[in-house]
Amino acid sequence: MSIDLKTVKHISKLARISIDDEKANKLKGDLNNIFEFIEKLNELNTDNVQALTSIAETTLRFRKDEIKSENIREKILKNSPEENKDFFVVPKVVE
Amino acid sequence: MSDITSQSLFELTSNIKEKKLSSEEITKAFISRAEKSKKLNVYVTDNFEKAIDQSKKFDSNPNLDSKLPGIPIAVKDLFCTNGVRTTAGSKILNNFVPTYESTVTQNLWSQGAILLGKLNCDEFAMGSSNETSFFGNVQNPVGENLVPGGSSGGSSAAVAANLTPVTIGTDTGGSIRQPASFTGTVGLKPTYGSCSRYGIVAFASSLDQAGPMTKNVRDCSMLLEVISSFDQKDSTSIDYKRNYYSKELSKDIKGKKIGIPKEYRVDNMPDEIEQLWKNGISYAKDCGAEIIDISLPHTNYALPTYYIVAPAEASSNLARYDGVKYGFRSPGQNLIEMYEKTRSEGFGDEVKRRIMIGTYVLSSGYYDAYYLKAQKVRQLIKKDFDDAFSKVDAILTPSTPSSAFKIGEKTNDPVSMYLNDIFTVPINLAGLPGISIPAGKDKNNYPLGLQVIGKPFDEQNILNISYALEDKINFKNDISDWWLSE
Repeated sequence: MSIDLKTVKHISKLARISIDDEKANKLKGDLNNIFEFIEKLNELNTDNVQALTSIAETTLRFRKDEIKSENIREKILKNSPEENKDFFVVPKVVE
Repeated sequence: MSDITSQSLFELTSNIKEKKLSSEEITKAFISRAEKSKKLNVYVTDNFEKAIDQSKKFDSNPNLDSKLPGIPIAVKDLFCTNGVRTTAGSKILNNFVPTYESTVTQNLWSQGAILLGKLNCDEFAMGSSNETSFFGNVQNPVGENLVPGGSSGGSSAAVAANLTPVTIGTDTGGSIRQPASFTGTVGLKPTYGSCSRYGIVAFASSLDQAGPMTKNVRDCSMLLEVISSFDQKDSTSIDYKRNYYSKELSKDIKGKKIGIPKEYRVDNMPDEIEQLWKNGISYAKDCGAEIIDISLPHTNYALPTYYIVAPAEASSNLARYDGVKYGFRSPGQNLIEMYEKTRSEGFGDEVKRRIMIGTYVLSSGYYDAYYLKAQKVRQLIKKDFDDAFSKVDAILTPSTPSSAFKIGEKTNDPVSMYLNDIFTVPINLAGLPGISIPAGKDKNNYPLGLQVIGKPFDEQNILNISYALEDKINFKNDISDWWLSE
């Protein structure tokens, strides 16, 4: 199976990474090489194998639902790309 | 007393406890050497001024009962450090200053250690040569224009070049063990769940582990003892009784059963590595260990499995970098355009490649063929190890299929770069502990490593085997300081 340019552009759209045609062509080559290498897995019959879902064979812990942190609003906003003391600012979404 | 920066963690700790050295003397010695070592490019961000202040503070009221009393330590720039820039080697986090501390680094500071700075690494830990870092490649102190391995390349180079006594790296597919092997240092990836992942920039959450990188095995046991802990903040952290690794360290490995997997004898493996492995086997025998031939039949499928699972998890983890809440932002006419431009300009080529692979294998119509298939094969790989460990206590293999290569040699061929991790990746897929120790040199005088793999939570055993082998191997790095400037 090979990945064509249209698929590369579709994936880039899904991944929210804009790419130009030159990059898309280069990526097409790289991805095809990598997937050729990955196809090796098809040699194996895995019909009766249970997929691994967790490497640590433990069940997730429960904890009490308690508020532990103090007011961290300022800390959360500290690295905001555009300055505004109360909110994260993004381009206008609703017309 | 030998030069301060060439001392091991054990020596420095003893010298502080016996008041032969102050924290300030030690800290200043490492800083002064770092200032002459810019050519290696190990630091992304230094913390030198604050480190000196902290060392003075330590000396004025020293707590000599702590495990890392006043010891300056630089760490991989993948650990969030409160108030100190954390980039993960990426442009997209170029200006990110965390307001919280990762658990493993907090464990260091709680035992008296002082942050020297943040060490270069491959972007988001994706790479095997430290060449994908936004902050440029790192030079391997072993030889000029040689890669230090990756992704913890700044870390391995810093330990080998005596720029930090020890460090911590992270290992998703070999990112501690391969650079350790390339620089003649010791690197351990603990069992999944041993060290908390809280505050570590996530790459592939089911594979990532933090671990020590040191000059020798004893230092490695001392550092593991500090960083391994149960942590409520990481839902996959495991609550079990950790050993007192440094106290229980022993060269007595008599009667230990060590497995030699035939599948690790790969095509085109250099004779030197075959010989290195044979030497390791005979040293283990000399120490009284019993050598047993074993089979790990699905070894060849580990890399293809990894290159589905790791990018799939990465594409999910890296979805958070969208320019909205922190990090780099490229403006757009609308929200979608802002996302797309931010991610296009903020991520480097290898990271984009892996996000694309991950997005593809998880996309509608392909999930069963790729991701589910890989998770099934991962089960088979894990079962290989379960079967092997019913017969043996540990497994001995080479760490890497080659020694360090030249900068630029493999950058245009992703698959040949990926093959570097052929011996290390299966261990992450199975969640096991593995350690690389320096074991010899190739014809160019570049270091080569051996890997000891253990059962889950059996770090003590692989440390002990490594400690015994290290004594027999008696490796000397003989680094010439070629990069030093005045």
